[in-house]
Amino acid sequence: MARITRVLSATAVILGFFGAWELLCRLLHVSDLVLPLPSQILVTLIERFPDLWPHLIQTIASTLAGFTFGVLAGVVIGVMVGSSRLAYDTLYPLLIGFSSVPKVAIIPIFVIWFGAGTIPAILTALSLSIFPVVVNVATGISTSEPELEDVLRALGASRRDILWNVALPRTLPYLFASLKVAITVAFIGSITSETIASNYGIGTVMMVASANFDVALLFAGLALISITGIALYGLFSFAEARFTGWATRKSAVA
Amino acid sequence: MDQSVQSESKFAVEAGRSATSAEQPSKVIELEAVSVRFGQGRSGTTALGETTLDVRKGEFISFVGPSGCGKSTILRLVSGLVRPTNGVVVVGGREVGVKALRIGMAFQNASMMPWLTVERNVMLPLKIVPPFRADYRRKRKGEFRDRVRALLAQVGLSDFADHFPWQLSGGMLQRANLCRALVHDPQLLLLDEPFGALDQFTREELWGTLQALWLDKRPTVLLVTHDLREAAYLGSRICVMSARPGRIISDTPVPFAYPRTLETTYEPEFIALGKRMRELIVPVQTSGGSA
Ligand SMILES: Nc1ncnc2c1ncn2[C@@H]1O[C@H](COP(=O)(O)OP(=O)(O)OP(=O)(O)O)[C@@H](O)[C@H]1O
Ligand SMILES: [Mg+2]
Repeated sequence: MARITRVLSATAVILGFFGAWELLCRLLHVSDLVLPLPSQILVTLIERFPDLWPHLIQTIASTLAGFTFGVLAGVVIGVMVGSSRLAYDTLYPLLIGFSSVPKVAIIPIFVIWFGAGTIPAILTALSLSIFPVVVNVATGISTSEPELEDVLRALGASRRDILWNVALPRTLPYLFASLKVAITVAFIGSITSETIASNYGIGTVMMVASANFDVALLFAGLALISITGIALYGLFSFAEARFTGWATRKSAVA
Repeated sequence: MDQSVQSESKFAVEAGRSATSAEQPSKVIELEAVSVRFGQGRSGTTALGETTLDVRKGEFISFVGPSGCGKSTILRLVSGLVRPTNGVVVVGGREVGVKALRIGMAFQNASMMPWLTVERNVMLPLKIVPPFRADYRRKRKGEFRDRVRALLAQVGLSDFADHFPWQLSGGMLQRANLCRALVHDPQLLLLDEPFGALDQFTREELWGTLQALWLDKRPTVLLVTHDLREAAYLGSRICVMSARPGRIISDTPVPFAYPRTLETTYEPEFIALGKRMRELIVPVQTSGGSA
């Protein structure tokens, strides 16, 4: 019951926002070269969807590829940083330095190395998704409760047993929290790379639309990107709730 | 007589140990002039004053003493979680650190993994300890599961096997904790106030359960408790410790025959024993109240 009201009121607010946008644009006679009407954007989106979706698939594929490798690398580095002083002292500063560099400045280097196209997009997604994963996994590992480790150590468990049975499970909520961030930044990364150096993908579509002053298409592309971003985030929130319900004490766990 | 051995190198101590344990295999735990300090220099605390203790195989030792005197520290020493600052700890004929015995430990706070169900928590030792660990994957849904369920049933937690630890009360967690200490048939059982959060009746029932198990399998047991009646009901020996930094100030055999019943605890000799223990812990002038 409470859930239904919540969903309904959220929907109402969101629809209200777009309704107000539509109404204001019409009342103030805003040119559709500046800000198109939501209804116009929707129509363009539906009309151009057959052209758009192969690009979208391309972008999502690059994002997921980069994200997957980024997360794998992030978990490995995070475990090392979280469990070893030396790794903490060496890898962490390197990583922070690398993350401080704007990715727009790195994409040209990827392009020189690998040529324009898919690979720079994947690499950009990868390099962006590593950092949040490393930070969270390292935090999870290094804050592991000694009482829980003692339970295993009293049984004569090895360091590896402890890693698998205490440190990693305990880190899972931290990992999942970072996945939501990582997938979002990976998506942004691959789109950015596509706008700079590619002839395929939703980022490229945006560049072309902007060059042609096709404002409606530009906004349709934005809408598509937002919707996909929300969907990806939602997917990982769902996975988080599903696998780490114990951390939030929800009984809806398998 | 041990003094001469001790003055030689650590290596010689170990050699001497294994010789004695060959002649007399019944000694399970030997603490020799052991003390534990946490922290360095003046800011450190002495958690355990110089302690010497021998435990023979199959004994049931109860430790009583004021809070903070080092009872938990003794259990942690024996399980290898804490290293002695001075002295030698020998468990199962070997210096501690090498696991010569299958040890089951119930910690003072239940320390359950929050991501595992009660059943999986209790099963954890079977996943870690040999020889069980080799069969874990094959048996966790069959034999091991039945074993865990049977234990949980004995402490009245049958309905909570699939619950998560945070869905249980403090007393229920303690009972699950006890099951986890017992599940892998330990040869040495270390119990740190395992019944502390339980009501009188559940507690007395579990005394019976623990005693039956001990009489059946004869593990060596070290039990820390604040309840003198519990200490005397279960223990074959009671060690009383002084206030911090604790030492063992009295080491008394409990003369009553096993199996003991609740009736035993109302016998005059039993009450007298409890009173004597109490007077050792609390200075005599303040123990004017009830026994
Ligand atoms: N890890 C630690 N670091 C520093 N001091 C510690 C540590 N563990 C225990 N101590 C100190 O050692 C002393 C003995 O602790 P211990 O836990 O053995 O007491 P206890 O007899 O079990 O007390 P209680 O009956 O309250 O459980 C305490 O004064 C405590 O402050
Ligand atoms: Mg204690």
